[in-house]
Amino acid sequence: MSNRTIIPFGPQHPVLPEPIHLDLVVEDERVIEAIPSFGFIHRGLERLVEKKDFQEFTFVAERVCGICSFIHGMGYCQAVERVMGITLPPRADYLRTFWAELSRIHSHLLWMGLVADAFGFENLFMNSWRIRENILDIVEETTGGRVIFGAAKIGGTRRDVTNDKLKEIGRTLKTIEAELHAITDVFEQDYSVQQRLRGIGILSREDAFDLGAVGPTLRGSGEPMDARCEGYAAYRDIEVEPIVESDCDSYARCMVRIREIYQSFDIIRQVLCRMPDGETEIKVKGYPNGEHFARLEQPRGEVLYYVKGNGTKHLDRFRVRTPTFANIPPLLKMLQGCDLPDVPVIVLTIDPCISCAER
Amino acid sequence: MSMFKRSPWMVHYDGASCNGCDIEVLACLTPRYDVERFGVINTGNPKHADVLLITGYINEQSQPVVRQIYQQMPDPKVVIAIGICATSGGIFSECYNTKGGVDSTIPVDVYVPGCAARPESIIDGVVKGLAVLETKRAAWRIERKKRNRVFRLPFFKPKASPP
Repeated sequence: MSNRTIIPFGPQHPVLPEPIHLDLVVEDERVIEAIPSFGFIHRGLERLVEKKDFQEFTFVAERVCGICSFIHGMGYCQAVERVMGITLPPRADYLRTFWAELSRIHSHLLWMGLVADAFGFENLFMNSWRIRENILDIVEETTGGRVIFGAAKIGGTRRDVTNDKLKEIGRTLKTIEAELHAITDVFEQDYSVQQRLRGIGILSREDAFDLGAVGPTLRGSGEPMDARCEGYAAYRDIEVEPIVESDCDSYARCMVRIREIYQSFDIIRQVLCRMPDGETEIKVKGYPNGEHFARLEQPRGEVLYYVKGNGTKHLDRFRVRTPTFANIPPLLKMLQGCDLPDVPVIVLTIDPCISCAER
Repeated sequence: MSMFKRSPWMVHYDGASCNGCDIEVLACLTPRYDVERFGVINTGNPKHADVLLITGYINEQSQPVVRQIYQQMPDPKVVIAIGICATSGGIFSECYNTKGGVDSTIPVDVYVPGCAARPESIIDGVVKGLAVLETKRAAWRIERKKRNRVFRLPFFKPKASPP
């Protein structure tokens, strides 16, 4: 005779910086099923397009989520620019890519810290965040913000970075990368990290694909899919190889993120080498009329923006499908049959960004 | 640092926000800003906490959660609203799902402006909150004394047992 209990997890929980609620149906120590409930940070910002004009809305789009803020702003701008038939000056494209990759690095470092905290490795948490501050310093020098960059703008970028500054940043990034090896070596070799991550939260390749997982969750299950290969912004000149691990467990997802950090450093290096000179913005005339789907790669996975304009300054519809939203069904699949103490680690391996998911 | 007479423990809850302030609160705990050297500890348990940090505004669903966390905290307590969303709703104040700032649900002692609020200003807000906590604690102590006077039991001296 099985004895089933429901254990509530969240919305306020020590490992979760953001509120999500899961009802865990457990039999002894084993989770049978997880039932999520949402809406704690639902803001309904998609409806704000009716109140703010399409240029002002860039700021709102950036505040879909504070961690991948720049890519949200960039994605919205990209969709609107495509509707209006604007071609960006190449320098704007390259600067956007530069900031997008910086935000990928800081997001992945943030995640490494949080997951280390979830399995009780306080030192690793502190060290990841210490290195992340160095990346944020670069962001602050170039954009003026730390988490909300405010640098994207319809028709280009709000700021320019001088070439001397870019060279200096290139040198700084080199030292940061060298420092980073000390942390990633721990993830790769440490016994306790492997103990907590290997074989935990298995998501097979078929399940990941069928349930619509995106980003590192999908690539950790061996499916090579990366929206950067589509070639938006400066990725049309830069080769991006999707990083794939085939172990399908939490450790594989962790490794995907670690290798992506180094890949981002590599992309930034290429961007800095090839940075074209010239204007960073062009003047925008008229109002968007038409619709477009933009597809970008965020630190957490693929994100979709739908924009529909009607020829006035207010858009008809804005829709964003965020990566965490797509990763919730795979998460519920992973939680089935896991041990109760592993739940925080598994929840963190999809890199949940609940603000994104609930918009 | 004479003002840090005690170690304030804080609990952090994210209302409806973009979580930018949220990660800045976490950044306060990490080596660059390191509030732990002042004895500030981020605890997950409201019953251990003196200070409640709230980022983001209040919506229908998070209102009971915020209220519950506030009620679970022992007296005296301080609430700090972090970021412009927690203060007034900020950029989202026109959204259909907004109930208003944190003060629409629970009393707020310190407001920290900014979008996103910088770690320095968050630490500044916490320090201001601690001053409020001290005054609250003094008032609370006087009140407790009064209460104890009313309910104090008469002092019984045990009778010496007969020889």
